[in-house]
Amino acid sequence: MQSFVKKCTAALAALALWSGAAQAADGKLTIVTSFPKDLTAVFKAAYEKKNPGVKVEILNKKTSAGIKYLQETAANNTSDMFWASAPDAFEVLKGDGLLVKYAPKAEGIPDKVGAFPINDPDGFYMGFAASGYGIMWNTRYVQAKKLPVAKEWADLKKPIYHGHVGMSSPSRSGTTHLTVETVLQGMGWDAGWAEWKEIAGNFKTVTERSFGVPDGVNSGQFGFGIVIDFFGLSSMGSGFPVDFVYPKVTTLVPANIGIVKNAPNRKVAEDFVEFLLSPEGQELLLDPKIRRLPVNPKTYAKAPKDFPNPFKDKTIGAAVKFDLDLSKKRYNVVNALFDVIVTYRMDDLVAAVKAIQDAESANAKKKNAEAAKLIADARALVAKMPVDEKTAGDKAFNKIFTKKRAKATDKAEGRQAEIEQEWDSMAKENYAKAKALAEKAKAML
Amino acid sequence: MAQQIWSVQRGPAAVGLLIAGFLLLFLLVPVAKVIVVAFQDPHTGAFTVINFVDFFGNSLFQESFLNSFYVAAMSVVVASVISMPLAYFTTRFNFGGTVLIQTLGVIPLIMPPFVGAVAMQLLFGANGSINLLLSDHFGFTIPFMEGLNGVILVESIHYFPFILINLSAALGNIDRAMEESAQNLGASGLRLFRRIVLPLAMPGYVAGAALVFIKVFDDLGTPLLLNVNTMLAPQAYLRVSSIGIADPMGYVISVILVAFSLMSLWVSLVALKGKDYATVQKGGGGLMKRDLRPWEKAGCYAVVVFLLALVLSPHIGLLLLSFGTIWSFAVLPDAYTLAHYATVFDTAMRYITNTLLYAGLAALFDVILATAIAYVVWRTDLPGRKWLDYGATAALAVPGVVIGIGYLRTFHSFNVPILDAPLASWWVIIVIAMTIRRLPYALRSCVAAIQQVSVMLEEAAENLGATKARTVWRIVIPLMSGGILAGFVTSFATAAVELSATIMLVARETDAPLAYGIYEFMQSAAGRGPGAALGVIAVLFVGIGTFISHLIIERGRKAHATTGQAAVEV
Repeated sequence: MQSFVKKCTAALAALALWSGAAQAADGKLTIVTSFPKDLTAVFKAAYEKKNPGVKVEILNKKTSAGIKYLQETAANNTSDMFWASAPDAFEVLKGDGLLVKYAPKAEGIPDKVGAFPINDPDGFYMGFAASGYGIMWNTRYVQAKKLPVAKEWADLKKPIYHGHVGMSSPSRSGTTHLTVETVLQGMGWDAGWAEWKEIAGNFKTVTERSFGVPDGVNSGQFGFGIVIDFFGLSSMGSGFPVDFVYPKVTTLVPANIGIVKNAPNRKVAEDFVEFLLSPEGQELLLDPKIRRLPVNPKTYAKAPKDFPNPFKDKTIGAAVKFDLDLSKKRYNVVNALFDVIVTYRMDDLVAAVKAIQDAESANAKKKNAEAAKLIADARALVAKMPVDEKTAGDKAFNKIFTKKRAKATDKAEGRQAEIEQEWDSMAKENYAKAKALAEKAKAML
Repeated sequence: MAQQIWSVQRGPAAVGLLIAGFLLLFLLVPVAKVIVVAFQDPHTGAFTVINFVDFFGNSLFQESFLNSFYVAAMSVVVASVISMPLAYFTTRFNFGGTVLIQTLGVIPLIMPPFVGAVAMQLLFGANGSINLLLSDHFGFTIPFMEGLNGVILVESIHYFPFILINLSAALGNIDRAMEESAQNLGASGLRLFRRIVLPLAMPGYVAGAALVFIKVFDDLGTPLLLNVNTMLAPQAYLRVSSIGIADPMGYVISVILVAFSLMSLWVSLVALKGKDYATVQKGGGGLMKRDLRPWEKAGCYAVVVFLLALVLSPHIGLLLLSFGTIWSFAVLPDAYTLAHYATVFDTAMRYITNTLLYAGLAALFDVILATAIAYVVWRTDLPGRKWLDYGATAALAVPGVVIGIGYLRTFHSFNVPILDAPLASWWVIIVIAMTIRRLPYALRSCVAAIQQVSVMLEEAAENLGATKARTVWRIVIPLMSGGILAGFVTSFATAAVELSATIMLVARETDAPLAYGIYEFMQSAAGRGPGAALGVIAVLFVGIGTFISHLIIERGRKAHATTGQAAVEV
């Protein structure tokens, strides 16, 4: 027995040494990314083939985990690049001083895609592909439940879609945040939120991660999903019975790459950026399992038929002039608001919206004026926001949600938990009241 | 006198201190570095308890707390209903396939992340196979996976093995003489079970039930899978990991989770207090096993098959998913293929060897630590010994992401000598994280086991001249072997699919375990099949490991039983 234990210990020690030695190899590039293997493996293979001496190490982490990883390891940094979709993730890293500037040399890349600048105006991160938000649906589901196809955000408000829609939360997914913000900017603060709440009234679920939405549509858990285009396009590419459309109100945003401060292999990192932006790298984006929109307009010549081309088709992402500064200013408030009044109160919201929909369809024929008034009141209660546009964009108010103080003397009034409690009780009360009003209206008919 | 106690307990005291140091370094310090935020004023950084005041004043958190409590309590009830018949049949009767049940009974613990969830939704979801069949043929559906009741169902299926394993180990340890005495006094059937067997197996049951309660109370995966946000663990997780927002409430909830888990543990210890569960005779092979009459056998098989079909359904779904091409809004996949296995084959071997190495080492460290802690807590009267137990158990309630961040924060600036790389990016840190996170499972099993060993046996050995160390090695550990094995199996199986802490700590692809591989695949539509294939491989390997350990222990037990018998006959 004892000799067995000894043997095991020796074996383990040997293993430890061996695996340590195997990792000491040099000439490599470490990339922290939230992108799926389907995307990273293609680029890794192509880049390593072109540069035989370099080994690309991909560290796949959720966007939020990737940010935390870079923050916590900054003192002894071992990563070279951060590679992810949402520009706001890069904004967080930039704000923490964890990225370095780089000006790419690649030619033929325009300044903007849709209304959005492709590269960070400050030069800390570079866009390499564009993506827009839209609606994807499961064709079998739609057929079985005899549903019409929803092509605009407003369609998703219709009672026929009750319980058929899924979405992620803006605080979980940077790209979802951009969709929420796009509608808020396109329709205005109050009307935009009213729109979101009515759509949310038809939600089946708010998923915890952004990939949960295409996953749910692919397996048929719910019929319609609010997703970024490549989730829809790559699901189609993988053979799922799904389809995808861009609504008029959408924003094209770049997916980005940035070089980490104190990167151990800075030169290789810069070279990798150039590779991504080269015609060769751009073409890889058309792979059926990747399907992202290249930022080099010339690459579209090689795209399959029906592949959306934002540089030609000006209707994609042109309806809204996306104001990046405005989005940045109220970033945290929008995230927190959505969670408190939609994600965490979904049951109450869904019940209220359902009651309103029922009352309205009952009143469609009878046209009772009194009932119509009650329904309108109920709708106004659901739409009511605890925060107006001005407060939401207020700098001090946003500070409450980011704890991070630039100076020790910086002070903000109130605590996040305190404010969220106010929002929560207001939302809960209003949803309950709205439900009661709608039920009263229905009882009158 | 005091000196005498000290000299007798010098060994255990040193061991106790060593373990305390380990827990301090790898649990307390890293976690404290993260959750200190809970006690800070968000704006000034000064010490405050205002965040806790906010917690108790917040209606959403109050609701979440009640929901978590309700779900945890109900899950214990449902899990007990599932595991009691299985444990009883296998230990009480000569029942074919006992090893099979005990092995298959562990499989539900190995729910690979993400793919397990997809498989469950495809089978039981609102538009899953069962509901599609129901609505086609009968025009109604059953909301298996909706709301709190859905969480209770999935949690019970997932975690009932904690009760099954610990209860079986405890039943196997009961002195046959007790049962015979009761029978001689005229007890039989249910009365015998209720008055003699169940009370004697109590330490095992309570250990399992406490684990289920605490685990469900702190569990994150299932509520997230069902998108139920109004429970404490998802609230903590969603707040800790949201982008850009730094909300202290996530950490406040973590502190509350830890405190509440310790309180539940304390309650479970109090429940067992003042009773002696130890029995002197050992090696008799536990309860008397009897043969079943044919109709009884049929009944037992019916119950067992029904229960196993229920608890293994997620894995059947997983298997279908791994062989299916496209499975979308349909009862079964459209077609079948081996392509997914081909896809994972070249990457899978590395993930598998990593996982076996990490989970094996972690489970080994866990049972060593757990046996030592159990001994120090129950066999010595060192001051503060109970805190070893509480400290180790607290790990159960700490969200994995908190441990992950804490390790990065604490160990990234510490370079390992020789390697000259940060400890936080060395693969050993993943093993340590797994060890810490799964220690509570091994600990409960070992504590239950030592409670059933009579001190008299050790005293006898020492009277015969054995040293303390020799007594532990030759008497205590062999008698605890059932519990130690149960602890090893649960730690190993659950460590093999651990993701939340490892995903923060993986610093190199070559170091990644299986769960990370599955995560990587499950980020894209095309990765679902390969992800499921990796999940099936994980389940297979852990299942085989469990099966082998059961074979070993059964063989050991049989050998004991026959020599015991021989001695009696002579």
